[in-house]
Amino acid sequence: MITLTHFLVVSACLFCIGLYAVLAKRNAIMILVGIEFIINAAILNLVAFGRYDKINYGGQVFALFAIVLAAAAVAVGLAIILNVYRKYKSINPDNITDLRD
Amino acid sequence: MELVLFYAFAVLAIGSALLVVSLKNTARALFLFFVVLFGMAGLFLFALADFVAITQIMVYVGGVLILMIFAFMLSNKELLADLQNTSSRFLSMPNWQSLLLTLGFLAVMIYGIIEWQQHTPNWITQNIHKGQVILPSDNNINQLGIKFMTHYLLPFEVISIFLLMALIGAAHLSRKEDKQ
Repeated sequence: MITLTHFLVVSACLFCIGLYAVLAKRNAIMILVGIEFIINAAILNLVAFGRYDKINYGGQVFALFAIVLAAAAVAVGLAIILNVYRKYKSINPDNITDLRD
Repeated sequence: MELVLFYAFAVLAIGSALLVVSLKNTARALFLFFVVLFGMAGLFLFALADFVAITQIMVYVGGVLILMIFAFMLSNKELLADLQNTSSRFLSMPNWQSLLLTLGFLAVMIYGIIEWQQHTPNWITQNIHKGQVILPSDNNINQLGIKFMTHYLLPFEVISIFLLMALIGAAHLSRKEDKQ
């Protein structure tokens, strides 16, 4: 039988991998991928806990909301990355230092 | 058997996630990201969330991954430059620090999970007692549809408007500016 702890450990590992990508990568697209990992770890937690809640289905419903939020975040984030690339010819966050030209 | 499959999916997801963050080649990393998402969808199935798993595959593979590959191809030149930059200094200082920070965070979370195991929350034990746990034989999609339209109607509407706003915003941002 798969207990809750199995899911929690897997999602903790995935969360930390995402955190590493956010901290260490020097490429905005890979940072976005790291954020996706973090959101996926959160969704796994929601779904794992939602198994014990048959009355409200809270876990699965909010997992679906979280997937929609992640998709919206990626759409806006990639649009911003494209704009930044057009202005600076670089997507390294270290090079982008001012807000307006 | 169930446990073996669970471990296989977990290893698939975590192993390819580790490869994603360690590979220098961004295109390869993006395609491995796809494998991670498939592994996660498999893990969702083990938590008896079949609809969430299918949505994960459709939204991420159909939408997010395509967008990421688009963004990658539209900003390709810098990525190649970045590639030559980082390969010369393996274990540079920022990487080292973030690895340390991440491992520390992982240790804290694993410790928290081990401590948490001793006292399961009340509502979980109650629901197990009353038999209100989702079973593999339940019709999840039917119930989810009913819940979306009754109990969670307001969040559902809010998230629809939010998604519309985000799409309009993204389209506005990525529009070509007319030359002055």
